[in-house]
Amino acid sequence: MSTTTETETRAVVRPGDRVFRGISSISAIVIVSTLAGVAIFLTAEGVPGMTASADQVKSGETFLRYVTPLVFGTLWAAVIALAIATPVSIGVALFISHVAPRRLAQPIGYVIDLLAAVPSVVYGSWGILTLSSSIQPLYVWLERNLGFLPFFAGPASATGRTILTAAVVLAIMVLPIMTAICREIFLQTPRLHEEAALALGATRWEMITMAVLPYARSGIVSAAMLALGRALGETMAVAMVLSASGVISVNLISSTNPSTIAANIALSFPEASGLDVSVLIGTGLVLFAITFAVNVAARALVARHREFSGAN
Amino acid sequence: MATSIDVSDLNIYYDDFLAVEGVNISIPARAVTAFIGPSGCGKSTFLRSLNRMHEAIRGARVEGKVLVDGEDLYGRGIDPVDVRRRIGMVFQRPNPFPTMSIAQNVLAGRRLNGERLKKAEADAVVEQALRRAGLWAEVKDRLDRPGSSLSGGQQQRLCIARAIAVEPDVLLMDEPCSALDPISTSVIEDLIHELKAEYTIVIVTHNMQQAARVSDQTAFFNLAGVGRPGRLVELGPTEKMFANPDDPATEAYIQGRFG
Ligand SMILES: Nc1ncnc2c1ncn2[C@@H]1O[C@H](COP(=O)(O)OP(=O)(O)OP(=O)(O)O)[C@@H](O)[C@H]1O
Ligand SMILES: [Mg+2]
Repeated sequence: MSTTTETETRAVVRPGDRVFRGISSISAIVIVSTLAGVAIFLTAEGVPGMTASADQVKSGETFLRYVTPLVFGTLWAAVIALAIATPVSIGVALFISHVAPRRLAQPIGYVIDLLAAVPSVVYGSWGILTLSSSIQPLYVWLERNLGFLPFFAGPASATGRTILTAAVVLAIMVLPIMTAICREIFLQTPRLHEEAALALGATRWEMITMAVLPYARSGIVSAAMLALGRALGETMAVAMVLSASGVISVNLISSTNPSTIAANIALSFPEASGLDVSVLIGTGLVLFAITFAVNVAARALVARHREFSGAN
Repeated sequence: MATSIDVSDLNIYYDDFLAVEGVNISIPARAVTAFIGPSGCGKSTFLRSLNRMHEAIRGARVEGKVLVDGEDLYGRGIDPVDVRRRIGMVFQRPNPFPTMSIAQNVLAGRRLNGERLKKAEADAVVEQALRRAGLWAEVKDRLDRPGSSLSGGQQQRLCIARAIAVEPDVLLMDEPCSALDPISTSVIEDLIHELKAEYTIVIVTHNMQQAARVSDQTAFFNLAGVGRPGRLVELGPTEKMFANPDDPATEAYIQGRFG
C-alpha cells in the first residue's frame, strides 16, 4: 500500500525537461565560474599592487590616492554619457515604435543597429579628428555664457579633447544598444493598454506616457544599465579622445580632465612592469566591483516596482 | 447633454477587408441600444467605429457618415481625441492599466482632461465611480494596490468605473458582463438602468436575456454569408424584436435555432 502511494506521488519527469534542465544548469555554471575566475585573477594579481607603499610604484602614490580620480573619472564620464544617451534613445525608440510610419521606421531601425557594429577605434578616431575640433567653439561659448556653473568654469580646452567630448562619443556608442532594447520593449506594450488610453481620449503623447512608458520602465532601466556597463568599461574611444591628467574635477570643458580606469589601463599598460602592472590590475578589480554594484542597484530598482510593472 | 447618433451607409474596412457593410441605424439619446448577433459578424467593429477607436488599428478605415447630435464624427476638423472624450468605451477584454493603482485607474481619464482634482474631490470621484460599478466594497481597503491585482471580473468593473468617471455623453460597452458572475452582472445592469437617465448607452451582448432586460431597442447583426461582410439585419424596439421580429433570421437567432 505504502509503495503504491510513493510511486503515485513522485513527480513524472519527462526526458525533454531533464535535457533542458541539464543544458541550462551547465550554462549557468559556466558563466558563474568564468565570472569567479575573473574575480579571482584580478584579486590575486591586483592585491600586491593595492597594498604596495607609495615609494614602491612609479606613480609615487598609495593605491587609494591613485585610484580615486580614476574612479571618479570613470563614473563621471559614464554618467554624463548616460544622461545624454538615455533621452535620445528613448526618443528615437519611441519614434520608431509609435510615431514614424512603418516605411520610415524600419530603415531608421537598421541604421541604428548598424551603429552598434562600428568598432570603437573608429569612434575614437572620429572623436579626435572631427568631433573635438568642431565642438571646441561650443566650449568657448559655454565658458563665456555659463561659466558661473562649475561644469563650464573653463578655461575652455583649446583642443576640445575634454571629458564632455569623450562622454559624447560614449553616448553615441551606447545609443544603438539602448535604442534597440527600448524599441523592443515599447513594441511589446499590450495593444489593450494602448487602446484603453486612447479610448479615454488620450492624445498619442498622452497614450505613450500613460501606457507605454510606465509599462517599459523596468526595461528602460535595464537598457540604461547595459549601456552604463558598456560606458564604464569602454577603453579605446576614451583613451584616444581624452587628454587626461589625473584630477578630480566636475569641469566638463577644460584641458585638465580625470581619466577613466579602462582608458588608464590601456594607456599605462605598455610601459608598466612589476608592481605597476599589479596596480593597474588592482584598478581593474575596482572597475569590476563598480560594474557589479551598478547592476545590483539596477536590479533593486526594477524589483521595487515589480508589482506595478505590468508583468502580472 | 442628451446625445443621439445617426449612422448612414457605413462601410468599415480592415485594410481591404470589408468587415461591416452598409449600416444605417439611429441610436436615440437617453436609451439603451443592444447589439446582438453571432460571433465575428462585426458588432465590436461597428461599436468601435462609433468613437473612432476603429482607426487606431493600422490600415483600418470607414466610409459613410456617423452623425452625433447632427455633427459628422468623421468630418473634417474633427479630432478623434475629442470624440473619445465624449464617447466612452468599455472593451470586450478588461484592460486596466497595470502600472497604476486602482484609484489611479479610475482617475486616469479625469487626469487626461487636464482636470486638477483636490485630494478630497479625487477620493469622492473614485468612491462614486467604484460604487456605481459595484466594486467599492471589494476594493475600498486597497485602492493603492495595482489594478492588475484584481480578478478578471473585478478588472472589468474597474474599467467600467474608469469609463464612467469621466462622465461621457455616450457609453459604448462591448460585452461588459461576459466575465462576470450573476451578482456583478445585475449590478452592472442596474448601473445601465441608472445611467440611461442621462446618457446614451450602446451595449454588445451575447446574452439574450440581458439584451431583453436592459435595452430599449435591439439591433441584430449577421453575416451576409460565409466570407461576406457583416450587416445590420434588423432594428426594432426590444419587445418587438423578442416577441415577433420581422426577419426570420432574427427569430432563429433569438430563439437559439441558429445554424
Ligand atoms: N484587427 C483586425 N484586423 C483585421 N480584421 C479584423 C480585426 N478585428 C476584427 N476583424 C475581423 O472583422 C470581423 C468582425 O469582427 P468583430 O470583432 O467585430 O466581431 P464581433 O461581432 O465583435 O464578434 P464577437 O462576438 O466574437 O466579439 C471578423 O471577420 C474579424 O475577423
Ligand atoms: Mg466582439
